[in-house]
Amino acid sequence: MSGLYAILASAIRLAVPYTLAGLGGTYSERSGVVNIGLEGMMLTGAFTAVAAANLSGSPWLGLLAAIVAGMLLGFIHAIVCVSLKSNQIVSGVAINIFASGATVFFSWLLFNLTQIQLEGKLVVPFTSLPPILPLTVLIVIASHVILFKTTFGLRLRAVGEHPKAADTLGINVYKMRYMGVMISGGLGGLAGAFLSLEHAHYFVKGMSGGKGFIGMAAMIFGKWTAFGTAGAGLLFGLGEAISLRVSSVGIPPQFIDMIPYILTMFVLAGVVGRATAPAADGIPYEKE
Amino acid sequence: MHKKIVSIVCIAVFAVGLLGGAAQAKLRVGMVFDVGGKGDQSFNDSAFRGLQWAAKDLGINHVEIEPGADADRETGLRMIASQGFDYVIGVGFLFEDAIRAVADEFPDIKFGIVDGFVPDKPNVASLRFREQDGSFLVGIIAAMKAQADGKDTVGFVGGMDIPLIHKFEAGYKAGVEYACADCKILSDYAGSAPSAFADPVKGKELALAQIDKGAYVIYHASGLTGAGVYEAGKEREVFVIGVDSNQNHLGYVEETADSFGLTSMLKQVDVAVYLSCKDVMDGSFEAGVREFGLKDSVKIGSDTYRGVYFAIDEYNEDLLTQDILDKVAEAEAKIISGEITVPSE
Repeated sequence: MSGLYAILASAIRLAVPYTLAGLGGTYSERSGVVNIGLEGMMLTGAFTAVAAANLSGSPWLGLLAAIVAGMLLGFIHAIVCVSLKSNQIVSGVAINIFASGATVFFSWLLFNLTQIQLEGKLVVPFTSLPPILPLTVLIVIASHVILFKTTFGLRLRAVGEHPKAADTLGINVYKMRYMGVMISGGLGGLAGAFLSLEHAHYFVKGMSGGKGFIGMAAMIFGKWTAFGTAGAGLLFGLGEAISLRVSSVGIPPQFIDMIPYILTMFVLAGVVGRATAPAADGIPYEKE
Repeated sequence: MHKKIVSIVCIAVFAVGLLGGAAQAKLRVGMVFDVGGKGDQSFNDSAFRGLQWAAKDLGINHVEIEPGADADRETGLRMIASQGFDYVIGVGFLFEDAIRAVADEFPDIKFGIVDGFVPDKPNVASLRFREQDGSFLVGIIAAMKAQADGKDTVGFVGGMDIPLIHKFEAGYKAGVEYACADCKILSDYAGSAPSAFADPVKGKELALAQIDKGAYVIYHASGLTGAGVYEAGKEREVFVIGVDSNQNHLGYVEETADSFGLTSMLKQVDVAVYLSCKDVMDGSFEAGVREFGLKDSVKIGSDTYRGVYFAIDEYNEDLLTQDILDKVAEAEAKIISGEITVPSE
């Protein structure tokens, strides 16, 4: 039983960054903007978290800084995609490239290292509990409520499905999209903070290692819903946790690594249910 | 992922270095780094230290480039070579193809490849290490530490699943068996792409999995991924053996003053870089494969550094008992005399 418990614990830890990034993708795409820059926002968050924590002496400030850094990148992505109406994929890829260079650059500038150990520990005050994991559970539940039970969520989804109709009804499409993308960036930054502050206690260059893309796969697999994304994140985390513990038994680990992407392709091909993206996803809105 | 900005900065530094170096007739050595790059507190930093020793001791001039994307490796080598440098070093096995291509274009320039295998070029020296010998020694330490504390399982976490890392694993396993024939050895790899050397999250999860199966000492040969192995060790109070550079300090827990860095397998890239620079300077440079092991040493100040060895410092001197050190010294003598041949795969 203890083995099973250990696998589940590992799966949940591994699922957190996928879930947070997937939720980030959900907010952005529900508002009609594809955010492939999540990978870079996660990496930036991971770096900013440790850098701010070490420089200020407070891991909580590190956490906050990571979210702010993610939102800032989200803001830039929104300017490019929403206001300037550029290609959203290109902007996202640019953010990823920028992040992989900028994190190393600043890591050199500030610490003269590309491997930064976190000083101190991020724990809930008066306990030894890690805060981001339970926070993620709350965020999943809150996101479901926000997206599907509030006016804000309805408006966010409206501008992603039919921005013209939403505009006609007096909803500020640009404002909603800016908010969607910035929330997305904040969640990407939080996912990165989890990696460096809570899990590894280190920042290492390039440590996001494609987790942002797996997060987007979780979003598609979860059909752009909060619970679906969290479920997919857990499934991917479970697959990885099992692969880490059975690799000595004989399944090549490469097969496990492929699972998220293969599942996503199946879903996109309509084999396992259908995944329909928001209708205006990826299309800039031109106000007439 | 690309690291254009870093590349651009490096090129700027490189250009400045050229201006500074052009005036004198000193030996000019260029270096292009591997994945992980400068600042990894390990492999690349060790290579850089070798250059610094050579600069201080032999008076060479040097420049370094940190490549971003894969294609930048060859570009970096070519950029240095085309400036007429005397000796160009690629740090890491990933440089094999790039060195092969560039070495043909510049037959008058000497090249070195750390960890690579390019035996058939008249101007390329492959600087390799007997990692299995150093790993054998730390394997003995791992097994004896586990036995002393009543445990029988030790672990190995590798980075990328490639023959180079198999050498560490093979030597370690042989060392564990040498000291403790009944000990169990767990072994895992972080992946099959270069990113497996920079994934501390995966390193931590792999180590936790091994600890759940009873591992009491874990040896990592996984670059930056090892940071996660140390985190797992500190969390579960299990010993970790570092790799390449002395990483003993990474296992130190400040609050309790406990030290979980049992030792580190030193693979002194600096020794290889320094000795090869010296060869170029003396005119005794030889192309082909050169292996650095327990026998090859460099004296810098009052310290002697060997091609491969294990680390003792203030973090682990209390952990390594005289019993352990005696057994290691015995094995070391047997390896040097040829009585023990450590397997490399």
